[in-house]
Amino acid sequence: MAATSPKPPCLQQPEMAQSVRTTCPYCGVGCGVTVTPDGSGGATVKGDEAHPANFGRLCVKGSALGETLSLDGRLLHPMIHGQRSTWTKAVRYVANGLERVIGEHGPGAVAFYLSGQMLTEDYYVANKLAKGFIGTGHVDTNSRLCMASSVAGHRRAFGSDTVPNTYADLEEADLIILVGSNAAWCHPVLFQRMQLARERRGAIIVNIDPRVTATSAGADLQLSVRSGTDSVLFSWLLVCLAARDAMDIAYVENHTSGLDLALEAARNIAPSLEVVAGKTGIESSDISHFVDLFVARQRVVTCYSQGVNQAIQGTDKVNAILNCHLATGRIGRTGCGPLSLTGQPNAMGGREVGGLANMLAAHMGYSVPEIDRVRRFWDAPRMAQGEGLKAVQMFEAIERGEIKALWVMHTNPAVTLPRADAMRAAMAKLDLFVVSEALASTDTSLAGAHVMLPASAWGEKNGTVTNSERRISRQRSFLAPPGETRPDWEHLALVGQKMGFSGFDYTSAADIFREHAALSAFENNGDRDFDLGAVSTLDDDAFDAMQPFQWPWRAGQLPRERFFADGRFYTPDQKARFVAVAEPLPAQRTSRRYPFTLNTGRVRDHWHTMTRTGKATRLARHIAEPFLSVHPDDAAASTLAEGGYVRIESPNGAVTLRVQFDDGLPRGTVFAPFHWTNATSGLARVDSVVHSFTDAVSGQPDLKATPVALAPVAMQSEGFLVSRTRIELPPWIAHARFTVPCGEAIVFASTLKPDALHGVLVNLLGEMPEHARLGDTEAGDFRVIALAAGNLQSALFVGRRRDSMALDWLIEMLPGENLDVSQRKVLLAGRPPSGGVDLGPLVCSCFGVRRAVIENAILGGAVDVDAVGVALKAGTNCGSCRPELKRLIADCASAGVDQVRTA
Amino acid sequence: MTQAATPPLQRLLVIGNGMASVRFLESLVRLAPDRYAITVVGAEPEPAYNRVLLSALLAQDVTHRDIEMKPREWYAAHGIALRTGARVDRLDTQARIAHLANGDAIPFDLCVLATGSDPIRLPLPGADLPGVMTFRDLSDIAIMDAAILSGQRVAVIGGGLLGIEAAYGIAKRGGSVALVHVMDRLMERQLDVAAAAILRRQLERKGIRVLLNRSTAAVTGETAASGLRFADSSDLEADIVIFAVGIRPSATLARDAGLSVNRGICIDDDMMTNVPGIFAIGECAEHQGTAYGLVEPAYAQADVLAQRLAGREAGFGGMVLSTNLKVSGVPVFSAGDFMGEPGTQSAIMEDRKAGIYRKLVFNGQTLTGCVLVGDADDGLWYLDLIRRRVDIGPMRRTLLHGRDIAQATLPAAA
Repeated sequence: MAATSPKPPCLQQPEMAQSVRTTCPYCGVGCGVTVTPDGSGGATVKGDEAHPANFGRLCVKGSALGETLSLDGRLLHPMIHGQRSTWTKAVRYVANGLERVIGEHGPGAVAFYLSGQMLTEDYYVANKLAKGFIGTGHVDTNSRLCMASSVAGHRRAFGSDTVPNTYADLEEADLIILVGSNAAWCHPVLFQRMQLARERRGAIIVNIDPRVTATSAGADLQLSVRSGTDSVLFSWLLVCLAARDAMDIAYVENHTSGLDLALEAARNIAPSLEVVAGKTGIESSDISHFVDLFVARQRVVTCYSQGVNQAIQGTDKVNAILNCHLATGRIGRTGCGPLSLTGQPNAMGGREVGGLANMLAAHMGYSVPEIDRVRRFWDAPRMAQGEGLKAVQMFEAIERGEIKALWVMHTNPAVTLPRADAMRAAMAKLDLFVVSEALASTDTSLAGAHVMLPASAWGEKNGTVTNSERRISRQRSFLAPPGETRPDWEHLALVGQKMGFSGFDYTSAADIFREHAALSAFENNGDRDFDLGAVSTLDDDAFDAMQPFQWPWRAGQLPRERFFADGRFYTPDQKARFVAVAEPLPAQRTSRRYPFTLNTGRVRDHWHTMTRTGKATRLARHIAEPFLSVHPDDAAASTLAEGGYVRIESPNGAVTLRVQFDDGLPRGTVFAPFHWTNATSGLARVDSVVHSFTDAVSGQPDLKATPVALAPVAMQSEGFLVSRTRIELPPWIAHARFTVPCGEAIVFASTLKPDALHGVLVNLLGEMPEHARLGDTEAGDFRVIALAAGNLQSALFVGRRRDSMALDWLIEMLPGENLDVSQRKVLLAGRPPSGGVDLGPLVCSCFGVRRAVIENAILGGAVDVDAVGVALKAGTNCGSCRPELKRLIADCASAGVDQVRTA
Repeated sequence: MTQAATPPLQRLLVIGNGMASVRFLESLVRLAPDRYAITVVGAEPEPAYNRVLLSALLAQDVTHRDIEMKPREWYAAHGIALRTGARVDRLDTQARIAHLANGDAIPFDLCVLATGSDPIRLPLPGADLPGVMTFRDLSDIAIMDAAILSGQRVAVIGGGLLGIEAAYGIAKRGGSVALVHVMDRLMERQLDVAAAAILRRQLERKGIRVLLNRSTAAVTGETAASGLRFADSSDLEADIVIFAVGIRPSATLARDAGLSVNRGICIDDDMMTNVPGIFAIGECAEHQGTAYGLVEPAYAQADVLAQRLAGREAGFGGMVLSTNLKVSGVPVFSAGDFMGEPGTQSAIMEDRKAGIYRKLVFNGQTLTGCVLVGDADDGLWYLDLIRRRVDIGPMRRTLLHGRDIAQATLPAAA
């Protein structure tokens, strides 16, 4: 496009306005971002150099935030039974519905399912309304799927849910152990900080993960542990620490209890190196190397994430890790300690509020004095009297008809809960089903929501979040609320007021924050770790200006960086507890019928169910569609071809995904990302396959170890649809959609022959007054280009195999306008007139650099990641792709010239 | 002659002075300039012109000068005796003498029949009325010019190449013209249904009234043509009726001379009739059962014969036919098995708004036919692939998009 020609509206960049400092809405790293709105709904986003979480760094997801602000798909008005309504009517409907359910079935028939994406203030009002005024303890959150085992592990060991350390310890450590964490993709900014420690002070990084991942590329030692057996390894470490006199005896004697039992259990689980090697599948020499490193290097930070938490014995895994840190006294000291990496931006805030079924409020539990204290603080008429049901059990109670009213806020349980199909069906049975949502249509709202309340989204909301290192940061609004959207706390406060409750007349997030902070300090004489007394009386301006700080911040004191080096814990005797962990056993063993273990997780450029990342075109192309990773040998044994399709089945459900070979997987284990929903795909909602067993202590589901059967699916046709408008595909067609400039693309595959599939799909395009088509039955090519006034509207390509070059070309051409005949011809050809080159997948999302280009640069003499960066800029912004660049360099070196395409 | 010892040149008589004739003469004088004493006899008053461009002349897309093939001086310069306006009445193959209508007799050693073809007039009631004509010669142009200028309504019977071109020429000049065709689509021998539909729309856009499925029963009129009556009893008013329903080889002379004639004059691969020394080329000839009605095979036959008579090895092995409709703005090209015989495979591309239709027919790894409407630029390339039976292998799926893209997407090694 010539520089002078005007861009189509979807590509225009308006002018810039004043910047706002806020916090990224993605993972629990909690990076500060500086946002400059463009005055027309968009914004540019940069890392905040003053924020202690990231010091200006941003990952690719954060860098692309400015692309995710469109109002496409937003819920802008209250809806009742699918019809637009008013706030007055919707609030009355919800209040009346709750009163009716409470009247008929009691408060225990009401449940709230919240989200780690809610702000602390939203969480606080939900928790107060439910536990103090409605009187139900059934308040849980999607953090249950994410963090619950860490919370439970912390509480068992420390007597409180306290993260002892801080990110700065990563740069101070000599040994960083990653357990069940693909930090390179899921916490990229922290991973960069780890890499900095590696470069600057020679820190050694050990990666413990069943899979070889992008993180492995940045690690010095990869321990491919057999799924679920992490606690065997850490039990062995504890046994070795004891045997080699590597414990901090004074610390253990003065500040802990339970070592003997824990050690005895560890010796039973890990009696010898040979047994440990056998159970974990790790080479003996690697295990010994790992133990030697831990013994020799005092400054150890152990980071753990979903591979630890989302397990049938997740809490035991956490405690097996904490045991080793307690035994060596390496906790809460510079460069020493366990560090749970949370997946959500405000899972920590939710934990602080107490928005979990097994907590009451502000790090208080359900003891009689605690219930009474909170009752008095809230002046609450109807206090919940005990722990509520945790997420999976809560939805099972809905399934059994025991819970009659459910209010879901900002999360998509129809996608993310295990046994997702059954859970979706259960929601349809509710007497009252309320959804507070930013989006007009989600799998959960489509599960039968009676009332939908339009919620503010990131950029519109105002409040606080807490990151993985206990750092509270402001999320500030920089966009006007669209339509009739309101912040979540207003949804709750309006219903509370309508139900006649006092104490819900908040006028701002600051109001709520002050009350939350006051509760944390209420009758807190240092016996509760969580205390925000110092900020409980901030005025509104001070709240607006509030800088990131780590809690606790007691009145009259300074914020506290680290916990427990002093040996004072929050148990009754102030001593930490060693926990005797159990022999790990899978929730379900594989069988002849279900011989593979399904592991689930994330991909680099997407987050959760893609409601936000799915809007950014540059995030769409790194991994554009769901897939199943399979070890090549397993694939061969199951007659699966790379790029072919496979049906993954368990008794709970089935999905059909594209096969991707990954020799970094252990034999017998397959991996699939969970991001794709019915709204973004077909036959790809992976959690519909996942079993619903939960950790006995934390209630966190075992999302990474479901026995499944694999069967090749012989797709007869594949193709894509590129369109300016959203076009729904039938759910029985395996497909995935992603955002492209000026529209979206869908890739699909079917067991129908190309002509038959084309017949089905072409009808979805509707009337096409102006179109060009191609049909080639023998080659199996069927293509339609629909135009309007010379502009490309949609392109449907059906063939035997997907034509990636054609997909790229049509995506490139979609914004084009006033196409002449010769241009239309090349649309149908799916090729530029030059014939084009297949550049392969996108590797660097920040600068849009694709694989073949990088391979050519490597061939051209770019010998390392930095040289590739100099040549192509790839990897020089967020750094998320640096592990992949490293692998490409290695691949090119071993494969030589012939594998590399010409560009 | 300065060299008395030189034997007398063989006398070569060419009967007919059309496009095949001129092409033959051109080739022969280039290959064997001094080998024959050549005489050419043409029935029309002027030397050969490009008959293919007659409709373009009617449409005034070209001028009279543009369609002249060779000036009289050219014949003279090459020692060719040209006799125009002369008709051969009788051919004596035994005595090797051609008798002209004016009584002249031309003796020869070798004779080439290039008499072309005659337009077919349907034997309908009223077909002999004034105002009923065919469209074949320069003389027809003058009549049609007059009809257009006087605002007469023209009905062209025949929706083939010739009829369409005639109708187009009239419409282009602003004349009122209806194109009447007995079949359900135009050019049914060259186009499939979809291509014919696009062509019809394009012609209608140019002001031609297209009447399909109309079987003409009679030309109406008392003293002159006044219209057509169709088999379904419907009528069409017209002052001029042009038959454009086909041609038949002009073979009467040969038949009367006792040569073997089927539809056309039967020839072998050397273009020789059943009588040694008597040859036939072009539209009057029939080779292996096929009487070609197109210029390209006529040229090929002319070239083969010229080479043979120059003493070179050559042979005509038949030819995959292609049709190129020369109506400006409506390029139409078809070649080979465009309909797709059983066992073949088709690939089709269509852009109605742009008036583009393209169909390729494959038999395994070879291209066997094509139809191009709206954009016929690659027609000759496809024709070449068809004729040479090229293994299109890697271009199988990209061929439809034309030469540029198909060749650009070939593997780098190619």
